[in-house]
Amino acid sequence: MTNAKNIKLEIKDLVIGYGDRIVLQDLNFHVRSGEIFCIMGGSGCGKSTLLKHIIGLFRPQSGDILISGQSIVNATAEERRLIMRHFGVTYQGGALFGSMTVAENIALPLREYTDKSRQEIEEIVNEKLELVDLAGFGNFMPSELSGGMCKRAGLARALALNPDLLFFDEPSAGLDPITSAGLDRLILSLREQFNTTIVVVTHELDSVFAIADRVIMLDKASKTIVADGSPADLRAHSENAWVREFLSRDGLKRNAGEQ
Amino acid sequence: MAAENNNRISSFFRTAGVQIAEPVVFIGKVVSQFPSLFRKRGFRRKEMLYYLDLCGAKSIPVVTLICFLMGAVLGIQAALQMRKVGTEIFVVDLVGFSVLKEFGPLMVAMISTGRAASAFAAEIGTMKVNEEISALETMGIDPAAYLVYPKLLAMLISLPLLAVFGDAAGIAGGMLVGSSLNIPFQAYWARTIAVLDQMTFLLGVAKTLVFATLITLAGCYCGFRASSDAQGVGRGATSAVVLSIFLVVVADAVITLLYSFIGY
Ligand SMILES: Nc1ncnc2c1ncn2[C@@H]1O[C@H](COP(=O)(O)OP(=O)(O)O)[C@@H](O)[C@H]1O
Ligand SMILES: [Mg+2]
Repeated sequence: MTNAKNIKLEIKDLVIGYGDRIVLQDLNFHVRSGEIFCIMGGSGCGKSTLLKHIIGLFRPQSGDILISGQSIVNATAEERRLIMRHFGVTYQGGALFGSMTVAENIALPLREYTDKSRQEIEEIVNEKLELVDLAGFGNFMPSELSGGMCKRAGLARALALNPDLLFFDEPSAGLDPITSAGLDRLILSLREQFNTTIVVVTHELDSVFAIADRVIMLDKASKTIVADGSPADLRAHSENAWVREFLSRDGLKRNAGEQ
Repeated sequence: MAAENNNRISSFFRTAGVQIAEPVVFIGKVVSQFPSLFRKRGFRRKEMLYYLDLCGAKSIPVVTLICFLMGAVLGIQAALQMRKVGTEIFVVDLVGFSVLKEFGPLMVAMISTGRAASAFAAEIGTMKVNEEISALETMGIDPAAYLVYPKLLAMLISLPLLAVFGDAAGIAGGMLVGSSLNIPFQAYWARTIAVLDQMTFLLGVAKTLVFATLITLAGCYCGFRASSDAQGVGRGATSAVVLSIFLVVVADAVITLLYSFIGY
């Protein structure tokens, strides 16, 4: 809190849920500029729900969400759309528009929000495709890509307008370990090259230890944050036994066994 | 006991309120985005052409066939009754007016509920499952405007044209029956031209503009409110068809009543 300018995303007393049902409450945390921040927790604890509220798809029941100091909760529809243009979101399955080629998908925000010529847009599209290791796939339809490629194409689209804040929903879900590690490297290199602030929802331990500067752990039973800190630190020193267990291999195996 | 009844009543009204409010909110959202059509890149020609092909061009064969048969069936039924009093020539009037005023526009609308409304709902429902709708929103693009207007424009163009095809095919069907009643084609055509007027034709075709709007909105609405899973998409497509048939028939009744006030 010493340097307010460095805070990219701030969550204040947030209560979220669907209808009358509260999924998570009493949420307070912030993400600093240039940080890679992971939101963790068992499945069904509300990670995606939290993400959808942060990016403005749902209205919280109470509390506030500030993105670069601007409240996305209290913004008018027009202001909200403006805030949204300044961050990128990579969805779980890529969420590419099925009726357009990969290149057209990436070009969409550029055509929508910039005055760039066809030529310039094509250059940017190729540059983004290169960045996510998909050079040459511009003319493919999304249905012709594998799961990992769809996610990377979705990332390229999220990067089209050079956002300084990026959200990821489960980047490694449904991917093999090697592809998933590749995506982790991509996330790290984005931060290195562009100092992008990156918020990742995941329950993949390998990923978390590879990329995260800081994590919060959500708990289904108490419906709130049970730990906040660097993953290695929490694993070693958390006061909460469940957190230490969750972050260690043993805990993961036991968790997997339960499902 | 009374309190419980009160509760039930209030919950009934709340449910009813939501069911009325939801479509109204949806329509409000779509209408409020109308100015965005005139912004740069607001008008999506490529999408519109796609739907023009899907809802218009691809429907021509089935519309023509169904309206032709409808005209023939009307002709046969009319002939059976007219023969009793020896006024077969009025078959021409009955087929002509029925086709132009009702069956042409209505059959086109019915075929479009099956083709367009269900396709719109399934498309939007699937986009919802794939989080494409969320992606549009977080790109700052209004999904209602982005997805509804190209479809609406395509439908507003294609349905009136289809109705013209349908009208022609229906009258051709009547002609075929007429020739078996010893009304030659020339005589049938002459009588058709003599009794039917332009206004009847135009008012019939104009109905399809209302139908096109209702079918598109019903299809898109059912897609947007479909639950985000595979079954939800299927149910959304089904309710799109049911809802749009219902709306088309109600609208047809209302329009017929309105037309009757101006003497048509
Ligand atoms: N659109 C929705 N409407 C109502 N409840 C939902 C919706 N999406 C998720 N939920 C519920 O919210 C809870 C949290 O879900 P989610 O955020 O998807 O969990 P996670 O991503 O951590 O696995 C679950 O109990 C789920 O059933
Ligand atoms: Mg999830």
